[in-house]
Amino acid sequence: MSKTYVHAPGFVAGDRPKIVTSRFEFADSYTLERYLATDGYKGLRAALARPANEVHDDVKSATVLGRGGAGFPAGVKWGLTPQQVWPRYLVVNGDESEPGTYKDRLLMERDPHQLIEGCLIACYAAGLSQCFLYIRGEMAVAQERVAAALNEAYVAGYIGKNILGSKFSVDIILHWGAGAYVVGEETALIESLEGNRGMPRLKPPFFPAANGLYGQPTIVNNVETLANLPWLLNHGVAAYTAIGTKTSPGTRMVAVSGHVERPGVYEIINGTTTFRDLIYGPEFCGGIRNGNALKAFVPGGGSAPWFTPDQLDLPFEASQVGPAGSMLGSGAVMVMDETTDIPAAALTLTHFYAHESCGKCTPCREGGTWLERILRRVVDGDGTDADLQQLLEVGAMICPGAFPHAANEELGLKAVPFPYKMTTICFVGPSAFAPVHSALTLFRSEFEARVKKRVNIPVTAVGASA
Amino acid sequence: MSRLNETNTKSAREIIARYPRPKSALIPLLHLSQEQNGYITREAMQHLGELVGVTSAEVYGTATFYEMFKFEPVGKYLINICRTMSCALMGANELMHHAEKKLGVNAGGTTSDGMFTLAHAECQAACTEAPTLQVNYRYRLRVTPTDLDNLIDNLRDNKLKDEFPPHGVLAKVQQVIPADRAVGAKDPEDVNESPAWLDGKAAL
Ligand SMILES: Cc1cc2nc3c(=O)[nH]c(=O)nc-3n(C[C@H](O)[C@H](O)[C@H](O)COP(=O)(O)O)c2cc1C
Ligand code: SF4
Ligand code: FES
Repeated sequence: MSKTYVHAPGFVAGDRPKIVTSRFEFADSYTLERYLATDGYKGLRAALARPANEVHDDVKSATVLGRGGAGFPAGVKWGLTPQQVWPRYLVVNGDESEPGTYKDRLLMERDPHQLIEGCLIACYAAGLSQCFLYIRGEMAVAQERVAAALNEAYVAGYIGKNILGSKFSVDIILHWGAGAYVVGEETALIESLEGNRGMPRLKPPFFPAANGLYGQPTIVNNVETLANLPWLLNHGVAAYTAIGTKTSPGTRMVAVSGHVERPGVYEIINGTTTFRDLIYGPEFCGGIRNGNALKAFVPGGGSAPWFTPDQLDLPFEASQVGPAGSMLGSGAVMVMDETTDIPAAALTLTHFYAHESCGKCTPCREGGTWLERILRRVVDGDGTDADLQQLLEVGAMICPGAFPHAANEELGLKAVPFPYKMTTICFVGPSAFAPVHSALTLFRSEFEARVKKRVNIPVTAVGASA
Repeated sequence: MSRLNETNTKSAREIIARYPRPKSALIPLLHLSQEQNGYITREAMQHLGELVGVTSAEVYGTATFYEMFKFEPVGKYLINICRTMSCALMGANELMHHAEKKLGVNAGGTTSDGMFTLAHAECQAACTEAPTLQVNYRYRLRVTPTDLDNLIDNLRDNKLKDEFPPHGVLAKVQQVIPADRAVGAKDPEDVNESPAWLDGKAAL
């Protein structure tokens, strides 16, 4: 039978601070008993002992960055709800489906109480009166673990009416999806939670904090973002900001997949850990498999423009990765070694986004499909030089202007900073183009070697062999 | 016939009551119905529409958006082999070819005995353990061709029925909210006051 890894190797090595993965080493990490024995629900007690606005202030001053992709500070987001409009909701984004991303599922399966406690703290601090925990449909075990944890926590008095005897009352409702990547986008998540087709809404006017679920103020936060809150409330702002940098405090979970010696999910220190540490460090991935050379890597999930070895020394710090031409996204690094067929690798991602387009905007619905079909033709050896130009032209209809890319010394390229301009409602359209653009910019010769040269075809050859 | 049975209708009503608006329960109810019948039938959509107060066309609209809902029977075991980048880099294509040969069907097909449906899947959030597959949405990781052969043989011999319930069964543990602990859902129209704990006084 195949090996079912109890945990990815990253959890074992090193004595780095663990904020969200501290219980992963226990086989029974998902039970209430283990949770209570390891500081469980202490953060909630600490929060409930203080007025809600102070708890909110703590989350603001700790600069807890969103871990779902955009990296927006949670405390600031909670403050964007309009005054005196009630009720307000919390929607937890557990839809994890961005290519390369693997952390939220672990947090839900291994430590569901930590997530529940995080939800409770958020509801208390921001005055949110009902919480919906939306888990990706294809995650049966995560749904079971979270359901069991919710059941235990309700009976023990941590959720529901008058929590721990206080005036704080909130229900947490487990909700789950049915397979659609785009539902991870926050407005699509809300549509889906209303029972509709999960298509993104236009912002403005549909900024969830002002106009979300049922038109009410709604906070959408990622699983990992919320999982940080129990530790923060329990240990305090100073302890949290002592880890990492001023602009990127704390830790973050990063999944490193592809051609490394030890692929795994690692909780790394924010802001200071570099891609080189992560990919080559002995306490992390331990280098490229078989001692091969690194060709390229995707720094932040399938949507992110690619980096090459030139960018290895960048840290996990948005203010440095953005100007360098990409984004940190959802903590997913995909590594390609020298043996990688670059056009084929790009095709897997372009196929993904074309397949997952919800169809609401023409540039994404049509453009994504064109990109996929043209790229497939090139990969299959049936493409032409004109196809390479066509790929860039179709991309420019989704993202007009310069598309972000990394600097490359050998090619004499200067970085074009993130983000791009776009003609679509959400980022799925641009994401279909990102791998095409990166691959074509950084590895054009591989495409050129692949396309048919339709020059000097002798006229007599037509039909001559018949 | 394929409307929800009595027990499931009761569960459906409980689920609906958790949401401020009934239509929000639609996806969980579609799962309930797929669990009962193996796939989503027209009668089921009619029934769900009645339960949440929308037309069956609206139910159909929602249901067809989502990959997991099937509108015709699939095999007892749905084998989803991931083909997105991290898995592709680690041999997912070869694994799929192997599975096609082993089962004698192409991706998308169902074996004639109705035991297996083989399908391509997109990223399954297990990328560091590539190549990955799911059988009825439960994982097998770092799958080699030999692992795959053994898995299929064992499933066929009914040896793994505890780990892999039949297609349609999703979570084996469901949320239960004790009546004396529930706050209860309210239509947002009926709420105009700030929550009680926001009055500035410490709650504990
Ligand atoms: C196409 C698309 C897919 C997304 N998928 C996810 C996802 O699966 N999980 C997630 O937490 N955020 C996802 N996001 C980001 C969410 O829209 C949202 O920014 C995030 O959940 C907010 O939480 P945070 O502030 O805690 O990061 C996605 C965004 C886009 C545009
Ligand atoms: S960009 Fe694509 S996925 Fe996003 S709303 Fe438009 S069509 Fe839908
Ligand atoms: S790419 Fe296969 S699980 Fe993510």
